Amino acid sequence: MTNANQQAVALYSNDFLREVEERVEEGEWVKMCMQCGVCAGSCPLGNAWQHTPQKLFMMIRAGKREEVLTSDSMWMCTSCYNCIVRCPRKLPITHIMHGLANYAHRLNLAPKGQPTREVARLFWNSLAKTGRVNELKFSLAMYFKDGIVQGIKNAMAMQSIGLALVMTKRLNPMELFGGHKCKDPGSLHKMIAKAREIEDRKKGFTS
Amino acid sequence: MAKKQYAFYPGCSSQKGASGSNFLTSIDVMCDKLDIQLNEIPDWNCCAASIGYAEGGELPRLAIGARNLALAEQHLPGQDMVSGCPACWLASREASERLNGHANLMAETNEALKEVGLNFKGSVKPRHMVEVMIEDIGFEGMKKPVVKQLQGMKIAGYVGCQTNRPFGIAGESFENPQYLDKMIEVVGAEAVTKYDQKVTCCGGALAFSEPEKSQKQIRSIVESAYDHGAEMIVTPCQLCQANVEIYQSEINKKQGTKFAMPVVYYTQLLSVAYGGSAKQAGLDGHIIKPKKLQDIAGK
Repeated sequence: MTNANQQAVALYSNDFLREVEERVEEGEWVKMCMQCGVCAGSCPLGNAWQHTPQKLFMMIRAGKREEVLTSDSMWMCTSCYNCIVRCPRKLPITHIMHGLANYAHRLNLAPKGQPTREVARLFWNSLAKTGRVNELKFSLAMYFKDGIVQGIKNAMAMQSIGLALVMTKRLNPMELFGGHKCKDPGSLHKMIAKAREIEDRKKGFTS
Repeated sequence: MAKKQYAFYPGCSSQKGASGSNFLTSIDVMCDKLDIQLNEIPDWNCCAASIGYAEGGELPRLAIGARNLALAEQHLPGQDMVSGCPACWLASREASERLNGHANLMAETNEALKEVGLNFKGSVKPRHMVEVMIEDIGFEGMKKPVVKQLQGMKIAGYVGCQTNRPFGIAGESFENPQYLDKMIEVVGAEAVTKYDQKVTCCGGALAFSEPEKSQKQIRSIVESAYDHGAEMIVTPCQLCQANVEIYQSEINKKQGTKFAMPVVYYTQLLSVAYGGSAKQAGLDGHIIKPKKLQDIAGK
């Protein structure tokens, strides 16, 4: 168990709802859920969720900390925002799912190797490095995330699509050597680091 | 007539050599004919899209969103910020609304922005290109520069998610927005009004991480267009365009379908209708060639 996780468990003891309210993005909304299930029925990947948002909200209130934070359900969110616009209680459900996933990720309780967790991490790293996402490096990093052999297999499988994108000028092989970026990535790194420092302090990730 | 000026936020996918570069090509003719001047925000950065949540958390994500807003305020004062990409618009508008609504988050974000010598005042309004078209130009205004009717074309208007939710276009419903169909009619084509996958999710970023689940979504989107007699899909979203066009060959390979449904942007329809060439409309940027539209553009 990480230190940050141990400290959170000690601090909130059996009150997982309070932990979510204080530390998860938009978590203060969770108690407003009236268990109607419209979110579950509205999700395009609804049947892929072991625990739909409706269930997650009830599990949070029931103090099922470990089950919630180790669940891969939140990682099924495609960010379509259907649940948000349909929720009769106006809960920002998409943001709460993102918040729960981020919290589980930062406490290192999220499932290891969960593909969307990996893709999300690679995407953020790509944009944070230069200020702009490098689509080529991001795609390659994704193909090779499970090692070199699997990477070559993945890249081969997508070869014809990649080539077609190059031919239509929608993928530039030269992006591998540099590519688009902000003028001063160094100061951008400092800005992101400062924001992260404040957030870590507020959410107890610093230990 | 004085041109309408906007602070323009193109976004990563619209850059040269990126997946949505032909979107950017196609808005030039369109904006020129509509007297719209887009002034690129200097040194803009990625919006982090929605998928940035996992590593980016709340404040770092808000900070990178606020950096673009602050740059627009500083360099292009008084101009609304406009983005053609729904993800860029969503992230910018979300940052703007959340920061303006929470003084503590605004103070913390500005503490981070100090590192790059910027300060976000909260005054700039982030808007989607579609909002500019509907609210500032209007459907009658969109009709004026039309020199070529796309008559005889039957098109499915695929709005997708993030142009439509959570903010959407004022006055439109989330379940069945009408503006894209109206734009199709502006250029003289027939809109498939019964297209039932209009606001279905294409899988978004999960097209990468959960290909099977996403391709199931994409299959429905394409199949329904065929079922309703459409010969082309049109969308306002770069990720929708890429996902729905690119993965058709994968679905064909795995599931034995024979999909070859062109997927273009609304800006390309307007560019062709306004007399732009196939190249000016970015029609050379498609894996599945929009043959009929290319023919009309070449006439």
